[in-house]
Amino acid sequence: MKTDFVKTKIAVKSQGEWRNLELAGYWILRLTLVLVLLILGIIVYDIVSKGIGVINWEFLTQAPRVGMTEGGIFPAIVGTFYVTIITIAFAVPLGVGAAIYLNEYAVQGRFTRLVRMSLRNLAGVPSIVFGLFGMAVFVKIFGFGPSLIAAGFTLGLLTLPVTVTAAEEALITVPRAYRAGSFALGATRWQVVRTVVLPRALPGILTGTILGLARAAGETAPILATGAAFFLPHLPDSLKSQFMALPYHLFIMATQHHAISQVRPIAYGTALVLLLLVCFLNLAAVLMRKRFRDRVAKGL
Amino acid sequence: MLSLSEKVMKVIFLICGLAIVLFLAGILFTLLSNSWPALREMGLVPFLTPGRWNPGAYGEPTYSLFNMIYGTFLVTVGALVFAVPIGVAAAAYLAEIAAPWERELFKPIVEILAGIPSVVLGFFGLVVIAPLISRIFNIPSGITALNGAILVGIMAMPTIITLAEDAITAVPKEYRNASLALGGTRWQTIWKITVPAAFSGITAASLLGMGRAIGETMTVLMVTGNMIAWPESFLDSVRTLSAGIAIDIGDVVFNSTHFHALFVAGLLLFTITFIVNLLADILIHRNPEVNK
Repeated sequence: MKTDFVKTKIAVKSQGEWRNLELAGYWILRLTLVLVLLILGIIVYDIVSKGIGVINWEFLTQAPRVGMTEGGIFPAIVGTFYVTIITIAFAVPLGVGAAIYLNEYAVQGRFTRLVRMSLRNLAGVPSIVFGLFGMAVFVKIFGFGPSLIAAGFTLGLLTLPVTVTAAEEALITVPRAYRAGSFALGATRWQVVRTVVLPRALPGILTGTILGLARAAGETAPILATGAAFFLPHLPDSLKSQFMALPYHLFIMATQHHAISQVRPIAYGTALVLLLLVCFLNLAAVLMRKRFRDRVAKGL
Repeated sequence: MLSLSEKVMKVIFLICGLAIVLFLAGILFTLLSNSWPALREMGLVPFLTPGRWNPGAYGEPTYSLFNMIYGTFLVTVGALVFAVPIGVAAAAYLAEIAAPWERELFKPIVEILAGIPSVVLGFFGLVVIAPLISRIFNIPSGITALNGAILVGIMAMPTIITLAEDAITAVPKEYRNASLALGGTRWQTIWKITVPAAFSGITAASLLGMGRAIGETMTVLMVTGNMIAWPESFLDSVRTLSAGIAIDIGDVVFNSTHFHALFVAGLLLFTITFIVNLLADILIHRNPEVNK
């Protein structure tokens, strides 16, 4: 009996001691998050500090010169712009259509579960597997060859889960009463979707589009064999042209160029432009989504 | 009686939904049909048994994926060893301790980290982490499996943080309140109640992070050196499955055995990530174990 009493007494700490231990614990957890932020900070700092000096008007508007050791990255910027436009033209209509089907038309059941499961698994397919698929199907079977359109379609498939998920999230936020009211007034389903649901969901859909754009602009593996080119003397002039792209250009300048150390500043500049582009798009999407959610929360 | 445009739109949306399923099926079919000639010629065994990936060898090309599978394993495990604890701890902090303003500030920042293109991370690994590794371990080159593991871990972290935080937040308030009412401290409540209750969600988050790590291509391609030899340790160069495909995809001859062997590697990669994602999916969508 007596020993038990002693043991219990040792195990019990005063409230103040507990409090201090807890606070120490909170700080350890807080530090893990700080560590994550620190990693991000170091990455951004390194790229920005060494890349900023390289970027000037000439760098952004000139083509590479002298075996890509001088000049700018203009064709890569244009190529990335073109290919993301095709990506969006492919992924957004299809993605929004699928989201409308899932949320507005389909009877929830086995088939919608299958579609949703396919979507989640599509999101998990490695990007290089998309590259293999694009090479076999778009480049060879469809006969596009390595081209803007083959790469754009491949990237479109890759971004599809992003656009569908965002569009569905936006559709769900449209209050049910809106649909019920319209139906009660005699509107057909397509009229309800077109005039009531879609306008309300548009900002959310746009957010998804921007997120998809950011994803597509930064991907390299899917375009390795579907259309990205090492160097082109002129800009792409049709859907069947090959193209230069920012992420692929960075890959080349960082690992494949014959004079790696000489072109390191160009690599830093390219990395900074790509980072700024993607971060800007992501930030825009995050801010838009926040405004959209706040508005929905207020019931406006 | 539906008007024509009603019917047409209904069919169009149905096709869009169906297309998602068909795309996934199409990817699987493409991988299967293009790897079939190689599998028929050699069977599956030479791909999975020890040997070399040497498709260009004069006379007797070999297609063993064994070392690449091990390379993927090494990089993935190395990444998860630190990404999972850090990710879950950060998620627990965000969900349970952080003030609302901290959450508002940090969550978008974590998303920004998730959005950094893999090729930029690979470049960072090349110019910053590689020299660091080479200095710390006193080896001639920092282009190693360790470098890949560090970067892939960084890539997987946002996935783990975001999803684990969702899982922890989803634990019903009653659980916390009951624990606190019984005299448990907040710390005890987090580690004895909330995190265990969210265990399946946290596991799913880690699995999805693992799926990303296995499939990651560009970062690994740029920082691990891509030697096909068997790596003795984390300080050796490795080639992963995804990087192996990326290296050869550019100049492989269409419809050659080499071409089909690449699809075998792709099929393997697809199968592994599919299983990992499916497990995560099952964990997320089954009832939380707290309901048992």
